[in-house]
Amino acid sequence: MSRIRIPPMLRGEVGGAREVPAEGESVRELLDDLMDRFPSLRPQLEEGGEIAPFVNVYVEGEDVRTLDGLDTPVRNGETVILLPAMAGGA
Amino acid sequence: MPSYRELLAQLRSEIEEVDVVRAHELLAAADRPLLVDIRELDEWTEGRIPGAIHIPRGNLESRIEAAAPDKAQPVVLYCAQGNRSVFGAKSLAELGYENVVSLAGGYTDWKRSGFETELPRSLDGAKRARYSRHLLIPEVGEEGQMKLLESRVLLLGAGGLGSPAALYLAAAGVGRLGIVDDDKVDASNLQRQVLHSTSRLGEWKAESAKQTIAELNPDVEVVPYRERLTSENVERILADGWDVIVDGADNFPTRYLINDASVWHGIPLVHGSIYRFEGQLTVFKPGDGPCYRCLFPLPPPPELAPSCAEGGVLGVLPGIVGSLQASEALKLCLGVGESLSGRLLLFDALATEFSEVKLRKDPNCPVCGDSPSITEYVDYVEFCSGRPAQV
Repeated sequence: MSRIRIPPMLRGEVGGAREVPAEGESVRELLDDLMDRFPSLRPQLEEGGEIAPFVNVYVEGEDVRTLDGLDTPVRNGETVILLPAMAGGA
Repeated sequence: MPSYRELLAQLRSEIEEVDVVRAHELLAAADRPLLVDIRELDEWTEGRIPGAIHIPRGNLESRIEAAAPDKAQPVVLYCAQGNRSVFGAKSLAELGYENVVSLAGGYTDWKRSGFETELPRSLDGAKRARYSRHLLIPEVGEEGQMKLLESRVLLLGAGGLGSPAALYLAAAGVGRLGIVDDDKVDASNLQRQVLHSTSRLGEWKAESAKQTIAELNPDVEVVPYRERLTSENVERILADGWDVIVDGADNFPTRYLINDASVWHGIPLVHGSIYRFEGQLTVFKPGDGPCYRCLFPLPPPPELAPSCAEGGVLGVLPGIVGSLQASEALKLCLGVGESLSGRLLLFDALATEFSEVKLRKDPNCPVCGDSPSITEYVDYVEFCSGRPAQV
């Protein structure tokens, strides 16, 4: 089991949780597990079967786009961070 | 025992002297000698020969080896009249220096002959007092403080992030602060925008910022821009000359616009953004790390990107993130430390947790990549309005 950190703008979709546990051995499996349990997340995270271009996914601090994308392996206990851009500054 | 006059005359016969015309020739040559001003600090602060280093006579023997490790290195010593430098040259010869000359007539003759002089970079008493805590830090010191006083930082936004950033940069003595903000002070701003105050409600934020900073530190020149940054005015604003840009904007079009401008102008961009309890912070250093488009190639759709006006923000959060932006900007101005370039710092105030993810330059980035497809300003509002076609 790994933990997925949910950004503040998506916490409404997961009952307000900051982190959600998920099962799987790759980013794809983990996100599928997450989106199966919280289906309203799917259109916000996925586009054409890939990670939406406006969401960054990090495994242990590394952007999965620089690794193997959705096929990036995630070991038990590692943290996955979902990170959309935030514009706020005022 | 010889008198001072006799000793001076005797040493003068033992060492080599050059007049100011000859010294001027030597200093203009490609292999110019090391020029050492051995006068006292108060004399040095009133003017010097360009390119000189300052080692007061009393410290000459102890400090010369650090300045000239090679004893064959040609050295020209000067003082005010050319007398102390005779004694200095003798001492250096005794230390084994082989090519030391004394400037006959000293700085007085140099100046009288009409050769170039420069006012040394040093702080006056009032600045020494104001910045004393900086002067004590080896990484800042007098040189660093003078760098800050000559630095020019452009702040986008005098709001949540811009307020603490501007206050700390001004307090630190950054000499010139540009503030771009087209908004007026509103009651809902005062929960976090500490540049402004209740008495300034309805005033332009850029002008309110200028007033606050003038009271905090009169050394700082504030250039207010009462306008929103756009493709039309960005070149004019950047033409005023900025060393570092602090991005505290509140919208995506401005963030993509200033990113592109910073890449094209080679100006480091200190990025911060905030929402509710969380902040993101990094430095985009053109030519040396990723840019904003490498991090976020496309803006999110509006429903995924609520602003602080829509979703709220903890009042102190911009205080933390904006202060970190000021810290990064000061380091960039000083040229010290490790910047956040290549790292995105995440702060969660609810958990009181900092975490970090790695950022990498995208070789396919449309702006800073190997073959960029965007080479001039685009319509940023359109680019950020929903789902534009991938460029």
